[in-house]
Amino acid sequence: MSRPDRTSRTEQEIDQNLKRVYEDVANQELPSRFTDLLEQLRAKDAAATQKDGENDS
Amino acid sequence: MTADPKDELVTHLGAMRAFAMSLTRNAALADDIVQDALVKAWSNIGSFQPGTNMRAWLFTILRNTYYSHHRKRKREVEDTEGEMSAGLAQKPDHDGRLQMRDFNTAFGELPEEQREALVLVGAGGFSYEEAAETCGVAVGTIKSRVNRGRARLIALMDISEDDTLEVTDAVTQGIVTMNQSIA
Repeated sequence: MSRPDRTSRTEQEIDQNLKRVYEDVANQELPSRFTDLLEQLRAKDAAATQKDGENDS
Repeated sequence: MTADPKDELVTHLGAMRAFAMSLTRNAALADDIVQDALVKAWSNIGSFQPGTNMRAWLFTILRNTYYSHHRKRKREVEDTEGEMSAGLAQKPDHDGRLQMRDFNTAFGELPEEQREALVLVGAGGFSYEEAAETCGVAVGTIKSRVNRGRARLIALMDISEDDTLEVTDAVTQGIVTMNQSIA
């Protein structure tokens, strides 16, 4: 803790870079494979729910 | 009936891709892992406790997916490891920030447990406690991984204490000024 200013400054710089790398990817437009996949999963759920309903009645 | 937690999944996919990328250093592999993790999360949504941190829950699934299935494959595709840094290095560097290429190269040389700790805490906004839970280790372990990761980055990028001022940029300058005005 002899040089807290310098240490925290370097840490800040590292975190800035980490954030930049991370956010570059995180903020990219979602590839369609993921939106398509969510749609498929949702459709499967809906189909399963319908089937359950039929079995119950 | 309350909001379906499944509806919230989509809002975390960007962060999941970023986290996966930091683990794999390979875009195609990262997205494969996110896809697998998303399917797992969807079918196990019942084990998510509403009101708790969904991102932490998803990241736990994501890293389990990586460590159990995809880690071996990483070695097979290691030659594409430079992909991410190459892409980022093309971005204009109009300020004097630490060179992105150097940073990325140095980051890629860290052991994966230090990379994930640094990304969760330094970029993902996770508390040490959340990061510890996500990685299934003690809080002290996460702290030490973050510290060792930072120290290693500094060593790899050759930022000696005397050089620190040379890599000073607008952001840092702001911090310096801020510190001075506080003092």
